[in-house]
Amino acid sequence: MIKADPAPPEVTGSDSVTEAVEPRASRSWWRLIALLFGALVFLFPFYYMIIGSLQKTQNTSLSGVLPNPANITLQNYAEINAAIGIGKAIINSGIFTGGVLLATLVFGILAGYALARLSFRGRGLLFALMLLVLTVPFQLLIIPLYVLIARNYGLANSYLGMIAPFAINSTAVLIFRQYFMQLPEELFDAARIDGASELKVLIHIALPLVRPAVLTAMLLTFIGPWNEFLWPFLITKQQSLQPLAVALANYIDNVAATASNPYGAILAGSCVLAVPAVALIIAFQRYFVSTNIGSGVKG
Amino acid sequence: MTSVAAPRAHKSGAHRSAAQESTARRFGRAVFGRQPIGMIFGAPYLLFIAVLFAYPLGLAVYMSLHRYYFTAPGVNVPRPFVGLSNYEAVFADPAVRQAFLNVLIFLVINVPLTVAVSLLLATALNAAIPFRAFFRTSFLAPYVTASVAMIGVFLFILSPTGILNTVLGPLAPVPSWLVNQNWAMPSIAIYVTWKGLGFYILLYLAALQGVPKELYEAAAMDGASWWHRLRSVTVPGVRQVTTLVTLLAVITGANLFTEPYLLTDGGGPNGKSASPVLQIYQTGIEQNHPDFASALGIILVIGVLLIAGLQQLVQRRRA
Repeated sequence: MIKADPAPPEVTGSDSVTEAVEPRASRSWWRLIALLFGALVFLFPFYYMIIGSLQKTQNTSLSGVLPNPANITLQNYAEINAAIGIGKAIINSGIFTGGVLLATLVFGILAGYALARLSFRGRGLLFALMLLVLTVPFQLLIIPLYVLIARNYGLANSYLGMIAPFAINSTAVLIFRQYFMQLPEELFDAARIDGASELKVLIHIALPLVRPAVLTAMLLTFIGPWNEFLWPFLITKQQSLQPLAVALANYIDNVAATASNPYGAILAGSCVLAVPAVALIIAFQRYFVSTNIGSGVKG
Repeated sequence: MTSVAAPRAHKSGAHRSAAQESTARRFGRAVFGRQPIGMIFGAPYLLFIAVLFAYPLGLAVYMSLHRYYFTAPGVNVPRPFVGLSNYEAVFADPAVRQAFLNVLIFLVINVPLTVAVSLLLATALNAAIPFRAFFRTSFLAPYVTASVAMIGVFLFILSPTGILNTVLGPLAPVPSWLVNQNWAMPSIAIYVTWKGLGFYILLYLAALQGVPKELYEAAAMDGASWWHRLRSVTVPGVRQVTTLVTLLAVITGANLFTEPYLLTDGGGPNGKSASPVLQIYQTGIEQNHPDFASALGIILVIGVLLIAGLQQLVQRRRA
């Protein structure tokens, strides 16, 4: 699908001379055991989440780890849906996440391109500001942002208020900048001599060459707002506007006690909330490149 | 162009205007740069930073220096300048001290655990291993999943009658993990470490791939034990990542919110698992002391920037 993949090199199998010293079979044993144990530790809570969400009555004994056909039900999904309105919550999460994705895609690419390839007054300042944004954690600004957005601009309980502080993901801007910088200068010179405008150069020449970077940045940008809890929790007190993470957290905090199988309902909600992000990394795992993930993820 | 001695006088007017234009262009270049359109491309992002980062940061400083509280919209109340008294209140607050102590507990557990486990798993991944993509994906899964979702299942696992206590039997702590003064913060620290490991494994993996193979070969030829190779080749080779782990752990610890809010029901028991950001929320929004909360926020920003700067300094000196 995408050919140019400027991701850092993956080790694909050249262990070279070290293997001559020790045969591979004996060397690989401990690796596989460690990795299998690791995978178990990482995946068990996901497995247990699914199992628990399907239990008719809570079973916290060891036998509860295995699925028991007599104790399986979808009732928990119905219960959480009745309590928080899963469909509406997913739509809210989608609008929140989609708004951030769109703004980051348009304005982030423009800014990243300008920072990488254009020489203009204020470039140094913009770059320094971007680094500062990346260093200061968002959470520390919640009080003034709350005053500004909820009190001064009256944007509490609105999608705009939810989206605004995340609108342009600075990590994505940094990724765009780095990938645009890797492109050869001659490409741009040639296009400019031919009289192409900068916007044309960006859209027709630069962008197609950095498509993997765009995908990586979009994945990271997706995860941020989809998982974000604190900000939408502050800004949306009206349940009909709450993203899924907030609605589920409020359910955990207040309502769960009244349910017949509280953990079952919580875990059903957790499964729904987890599925999109997990599906994305299964589909695109090779685009999750370590150097880029950075501060993209919150919540 | 101008070097040509113009034989035709009537063209000199055109010449001059061309020369003027190029002067204007040169002047424009000096002021706006070679591609001034970059200013337009960067403008939305600059506006975003100005309105939603710089201004709030300034507002936080302003609020922290004044007596400030929320009022009904349109109501004008005096907000007198109070100097540094909000900061004094923050430093004098025992709950804040407890929160910083909690961050320290978090660091003591998170940093060594993260370094050890992610280095081990990254080393294991750094070879031709079957199912590499599967392992990578499973390590990343907790990292990309919403904490709210993972907290759901950990509440289930760690509940007093949960599976962990079932397995531990008489060894289970009383009161149970999340309601136990001594275990609440360590539980959060272990949970957060678990959730973040995938990211650090990838970072270490990238760093390991940068360590020259020749070093390992030389060490193997000298008959160095695996422990020796680890200490004298691997650990120095990934030092940059290890420094980064420390920095990010400080930031994470200071910013914990979802976990103490949901896992331990608002930083309980007795504030033993509260974090600074949880306190910003509780004092600023719940108790209507945004001035106090802003002062706490500013102190944290300064702390984070100081640590980031210090880290840069250490790294540069080592390089």
